[in-house]
Amino acid sequence: MSAPDDNHTSADNPGHAADADTHTSADNPGHAADADTHTTADNPGHAADADTHTTADTDNPGHAAGTDNPRAADAPAPTVSRPPAALTVVGFVALGLLALPVVGLVQRAPWSSLPTLLGESDVLDALRVSLVVSLFAAGACVVLGLPLALVLARRRLRFGGVVRAVVMLPMVLPPVVAGTALLFALGRRGLVGQWLDSWFGVSLPFTTAGAVVAAAFVALPFFVVTVEAALRQAGDDLDEAAATLGAGAWATLLHVTLPTIRPALAAGTALAWARAVGEFGATLTFAGNFPGRTRTLPLETYLALERNPESAVAISLVLMAVALAVLVTLRDRWMPR
Amino acid sequence: MTVTLDGWVARPGWTLRVDGLEIGEGVTAVVGANGAGKTTLGRAVAGLDRLANGRLVIAGAVVDDPAAGVFVPAHQRSVGMVFQDLRLFGHLRVLDNVAFGLRRTGTDRATARQRAGELLERVGVDSGVWPKRPAALSGGQRQRVAIARALAPEPEVLIVDEPLASVDSSGRRRLRSLLGESPTRHTLLITHDPVDVATLARQLVVLDDGAVVSRGSLAEVTASPGCEWAATFLGANVVPGHAEGTSVTTGTGLVLTVATEATGPAYVTFPAHAVTLHRDRPAGSARNAWQAAVQRIDVDGERARVHLSGPVDAKADITRHSADELELGPGLAVWASVKATELTVVT
Repeated sequence: MSAPDDNHTSADNPGHAADADTHTSADNPGHAADADTHTTADNPGHAADADTHTTADTDNPGHAAGTDNPRAADAPAPTVSRPPAALTVVGFVALGLLALPVVGLVQRAPWSSLPTLLGESDVLDALRVSLVVSLFAAGACVVLGLPLALVLARRRLRFGGVVRAVVMLPMVLPPVVAGTALLFALGRRGLVGQWLDSWFGVSLPFTTAGAVVAAAFVALPFFVVTVEAALRQAGDDLDEAAATLGAGAWATLLHVTLPTIRPALAAGTALAWARAVGEFGATLTFAGNFPGRTRTLPLETYLALERNPESAVAISLVLMAVALAVLVTLRDRWMPR
Repeated sequence: MTVTLDGWVARPGWTLRVDGLEIGEGVTAVVGANGAGKTTLGRAVAGLDRLANGRLVIAGAVVDDPAAGVFVPAHQRSVGMVFQDLRLFGHLRVLDNVAFGLRRTGTDRATARQRAGELLERVGVDSGVWPKRPAALSGGQRQRVAIARALAPEPEVLIVDEPLASVDSSGRRRLRSLLGESPTRHTLLITHDPVDVATLARQLVVLDDGAVVSRGSLAEVTASPGCEWAATFLGANVVPGHAEGTSVTTGTGLVLTVATEATGPAYVTFPAHAVTLHRDRPAGSARNAWQAAVQRIDVDGERARVHLSGPVDAKADITRHSADELELGPGLAVWASVKATELTVVT
């Protein structure tokens, strides 16, 4: 195509007039030393070429929408950073994968019989257990997680990397493994559990308290990570200012640090609670599946799927509503406009 | 009561070394180039940075002495601080920002708020903005709030880091008088403003590259500034007067012509190197000329700083060669002149 001979042939061939224009314009820079007559002859082609390009651009519906839309005009549409078209397609496929189950659930929802399904005593028991377990677990996350986040953010720890890994572990650990590990730590024969049993007569496995422990274990990192990040972002500038005004460590924490990170405290609590509500694997392994004691809504959903799928859908809708409520709480943090 | 500091403060990459610094009553100005260690000095006194070694004594009590294992934390020292970046509490109203320190020392809320209101009035923050959060205020207003907040608990030592940078001129005058008014308070004034130094400072500390290179009264430090930066900084002439259009009349009746218009009480500043000296009355474009008497000549290398008295006290930096040529000597009467464009009016 770019061989000098090609250029001549196509230009000479009257049947390829349109081709010739593009050819010459594209090849022209490489042939600056060519005959003068050629260059002049090519010039109109150049102009035409440029024109077609411009028209093509304005005709492009995406572009036109971009210039007409006042919102898009504020922030010019990216040109270079736009991903390849094929990837955009895959991206939307992925979005479909995320959205489809939600649609499927809503589409199967037995709206009219929903009150009856959710009013069944099994479901109400599971709801009560879920509320108790998740609220206590969220409370434990705040009480234990806030000091941990403060230590992580404000103290220089010798084995910081290891400590951080321990904190993050429940986020990546399979919940069943978490439940098994809890069993061997806090079970009646477990590392600590045997002492709890023989000294205090306390046995956690297969109790509501055990379900709380399981849920708190998997939910704690969500709170700690959220709050620690906020503490780091806030820095200690305001704490220093408080100290020069006579505020000791407690007063600074209560009157300056915590109010400053209040949005993160709310977000961390909401996240931890949502994780606790959804807890399944660790609860089942460590706390078992006892109706009225450890059978939470996720466990009830799993059981209902075999017995009465409509009931499973109904409970799933409730759990999804919970998840959406949490998203709304987090909208400022996770959903930038 | 005094503050004495003798020791090192280690910061990442460098160290501030202070030997036998005494901060007395009134305003002590800390001057020096950026990065010289001014803020670090203030932070050490406040207890925000620990000494690596040495000893810090405030009012007879050792508050920092690593060798003896003594460290009194910031909140237990009677040291207030106005931070360069202000650091107002974003979640508190303006009024509660100022009341914060009083609340921490046990004052009840109503009393604390009342005192906070009085202070805000004195720094010139209108009561209309008291219920607002700091984010809703202008930069100048925030700076006034920060000063009021630091003053509220009545600290024995007040550290003020570049306090007047973004305050407008009337506010600057008001805050200057507020900072200067308590003769018993120890104020450490970190500043880049020659007018602050000239009007407020009872003594001066010059820092250069982490070390105290000069200290003493303004006259003493001016005679021996210790580093090039301070020599230039202290070479600034500061003349009080009354502005009317483009002329400023000094207390002694000298009328200086300036390039920018202003009205009311003002300071005229001009660098020492902008002053030229003549044996006879100068002709030409220099509108500002006055007769002065040579008080003293400090020679530093090729530069001679000539101290002049007359309708205004001024310093003139000339080359040693010119000083010799003019045959300058103490008591000699000369003409001094400055171009109007070299004068800066600060109202």
